[in-house]
Amino acid sequence: MANSEIRYLTPPTVDTKKKKYCRFKKSGIKYIDYKDPEFLKKFLNEQGKILPRRITGTSLKFQRRVAQAVKRARHLALLPFVTDMMK
Amino acid sequence: MNQYETVFILTPVLSEEQMKEAVEKFKDVLAKGGAEILNEELWGLKKLAYPIEKKSTGFYVMVEFKAEPALIAKLETQYRRDERVIRYLTVKQEKYAAEYAEKRRNKQAKKED
Repeated sequence: MANSEIRYLTPPTVDTKKKKYCRFKKSGIKYIDYKDPEFLKKFLNEQGKILPRRITGTSLKFQRRVAQAVKRARHLALLPFVTDMMK
Repeated sequence: MNQYETVFILTPVLSEEQMKEAVEKFKDVLAKGGAEILNEELWGLKKLAYPIEKKSTGFYVMVEFKAEPALIAKLETQYRRDERVIRYLTVKQEKYAAEYAEKRRNKQAKKED
C-alpha cells in the first residue's frame, strides 16, 4: 500500500514571497509622462482600471503620480475610462 | 516665468488650412502674451479612446512654452470660446518634468536630422 502521503517528483513550490520593488525607484525614472499611453498601459488592467499598489508594488509617491498621469491621459482621450479588451 | 505644456485637440472636420490657422491663432495668443514657445508638436489626426462630441478622431497639438502665470487664464478662455477645440489640458512643468521634456526634445531633434 503506497505510503499515505503522496511524494511529488519536484517539491511543491509554495509561491515564495517575491520581493516586490518600485520600478521607478530602481530604474531611476523621475517623471511619469501622461502623453505616452503605451507606458501607462502597464499600470492598467483589462478594463482600463488603475492597478493597486499591492499588485504593481510601486511606492506611494510614484503610485500617486501614475494615477495623476493616467487621469490626465484619460482626459485627453489617450486612454479610455472603461473598456473591455484593453491589451 | 514658469514652464508649461499644453495639449489641445481640434475637431477632425476642419480642412487642412483651418487646422493650421487654429494652431497659429493659439500660438500668437501666447506670443502676444509674452510667452516664449520652446517646442511645438503636431501629433496630427489620432483615434480618440472614446468619442468626444460624437467624433472618434481628433487633431492633437502640443505646445511647450515659458510664460507668466496670468497668461494661462487668458489662454484657457480662448480655448473655451473657440468651438474648434474639443478638449484642452494645460500643465505646469516642475523640475523633473522640464528635464524630461528637454531630453525628449533632444531625442526628437536627433531623430529628425
